Amino acid sequence: MGIIEGEKKAFMTGNEAVAWAALVAGAEIMYGYPITPQNEIMQYWTRLAPKHGRKFLQTEDELSAGFTTIGGVLTGKRAFTATAGPGNVLMQEPMSMAEAMRIPTVVVVQQRGGPSTATVIYSQQEVTLTCFGGNGEGLRVVYSTSSHQELYDYTIKAFNTAWKYRFPTFVLADGYQAKMRESLVLYDPEERGIEMVPTEPFVGKPGMPGEDRPPAHLRNTYNIEEELEEVLKKDIQEYEQMAPEIIEYDEFNTDGADVLVIAHGVVFRSAAMAVRKLADEGLKVGYFRPITLRPFPQEQLRQAAAKAKQLMVVESAYGQLLKLVKDNLYGMDLPIHTHLRPGVGVTPEEVVADLRTVLEGRED
Amino acid sequence: MDIQPKMPKSWNAATKPHKFCPGCGHGLILKALGQVIDEMGIQDRVVFGCDIGCSLLSWDFFNVDTVQTHHGRTTPVMVGIKKARPDRIVIAYMGDGGGYAIGSQHLVNAATRDDKITVILVNNTVYAMTGGQMAPTTMPGQKTETTPFGRDVEQAGYPMMGPEMVAAITQEGAYVARGSVAKFRKLKEYIRKALENQIAMRGFSFVEALSTCPTNWRTNAEKTWEFVEKIMPEQYPLGELKVPVIKEG
Ligand SMILES: Cc1ncc(C[n+]2csc(CCOP(=O)(O)OP(=O)(O)O)c2C)c(N)n1
Ligand code: SF4
Ligand SMILES: [Mg+2]
Repeated sequence: MGIIEGEKKAFMTGNEAVAWAALVAGAEIMYGYPITPQNEIMQYWTRLAPKHGRKFLQTEDELSAGFTTIGGVLTGKRAFTATAGPGNVLMQEPMSMAEAMRIPTVVVVQQRGGPSTATVIYSQQEVTLTCFGGNGEGLRVVYSTSSHQELYDYTIKAFNTAWKYRFPTFVLADGYQAKMRESLVLYDPEERGIEMVPTEPFVGKPGMPGEDRPPAHLRNTYNIEEELEEVLKKDIQEYEQMAPEIIEYDEFNTDGADVLVIAHGVVFRSAAMAVRKLADEGLKVGYFRPITLRPFPQEQLRQAAAKAKQLMVVESAYGQLLKLVKDNLYGMDLPIHTHLRPGVGVTPEEVVADLRTVLEGRED
Repeated sequence: MDIQPKMPKSWNAATKPHKFCPGCGHGLILKALGQVIDEMGIQDRVVFGCDIGCSLLSWDFFNVDTVQTHHGRTTPVMVGIKKARPDRIVIAYMGDGGGYAIGSQHLVNAATRDDKITVILVNNTVYAMTGGQMAPTTMPGQKTETTPFGRDVEQAGYPMMGPEMVAAITQEGAYVARGSVAKFRKLKEYIRKALENQIAMRGFSFVEALSTCPTNWRTNAEKTWEFVEKIMPEQYPLGELKVPVIKEG
């Protein structure tokens, strides 16, 4: 018998949705350290987990939360953690080890204001950190969700992506999604035909190591440059090979757009509302939304951008998505307008107003 | 040509002779551990975690499942493994810098939580891998690369008394000892008891091992031995600090 029978309509916070998603995805253990706006994931998990034989450990900090999660994953369990803001900063050390050793960790990030302690409320300022944190190349998967349904869907998906491709996988949401209540449909992945990718222990397999099987010797340190290069070459190649299989995006009205709006996460909702409103008025506006920020839907964005006259990047950060966009459009000559509100929410009205200004050619 | 004394079965023969410097204590501690693993017959149940520091050289030392972690982070990785798979016997192997400085919050909290893991911490009074800087365990007056005139406790602080601290913050079921490579048989006994304590799920178990680093101490064989055997125990008394009372029945 599944945990959820059939489709179950619910009205709950995003944090609760994450806890349910992890549960139905078969997550066996969560490790975590309190930080707002992520706390309730742990709080719901610790209420749900014992009923289903799942475990929880509250650690001494996010370094420990990340490294214990790695430990859990090494035993072949679907293990996860959740964090935000300064916690996400600490989380980067363990996740760089996960990246180096191809350990399929899952981390849910509920972005809050930054830098430093900033606000416990909301932002989109952890894009660069989550995509490229650590002293490496950003070989990780980052899903940016924009609704509670997506938080649920992508939390389930994150475990599968992580275990299939063995790259650390992040679900990147924010304080609004974490704390607001919204309706969504809960379901058991199996009933939707979603097969959970089987897990496998890295350590503690049956048999005598060195006799029945080779011992697991897992390392992240190399003696010479070429040794490291060989490992990275393989990892980068596998990352790039995986990319087309997992890249996700959404687009609307991109053909011949006077302005193509680019936004992700919860801001995408405001952007999409604004675009649809103006499109209904007959104006030539469209949108492009990257769902995977890592790997980034480069080809898809370039194709959409090629059909547009100008672009407008909208985000609750001072140019973090913008940087990704510019990077991925390198060589294309298009004006990029921006609507950047670091650490502050974006309303559809603001976007409408800015779009009108741009469309009327009134912008500076 | 093999005229080496018999090596423990749990050792990975393919990676011997090992990579530690001649006269290094790490090799002796891992020999004691290897013999204990053999004697207890637990090779197929052990998960060994090594820190970054000279302990990282042990990542392929044993024919046991091994995870090399980050500097100071071996404790949480092994705690994570133990929580998820309590039937594994986990050993967190680290230096004094890893355990007492950068990873001290993990040691303190694992000990306080009474996590059923075994920590073996190598006290060689220096940050060896990085070239002999002061460690939390550098003795008062001891010269290192960052205390070139000797450790001045007024300026650089006092040495960390690890087992004493761990003994103070753990529950009754904990096992805590300080051994030395200069007292090999005792060290082996402590390691064995620490592992037995974990298997019995009595509590946290912790062994600090006084060790040698002739490379960074810049000592010859005689001076090396004198330092570990005579001088270090003046600061770091050897013995068991906490032995669980085993209740019968
Ligand atoms: C986060 C981080 N900081 C610093 C280092 C550099 N580092 C590598 S080993 C080491 C010290 C090791 O000393 P100890 O833990 O005492 O082990 P030993 O080499 O003496 O056995 C340091 C500081 C690192 N690898 N990671
Ligand atoms: S530097 Fe010191 S601790 Fe490291 S291997 Fe050499 S002797 Fe051993
Ligand atoms: Mg040391």
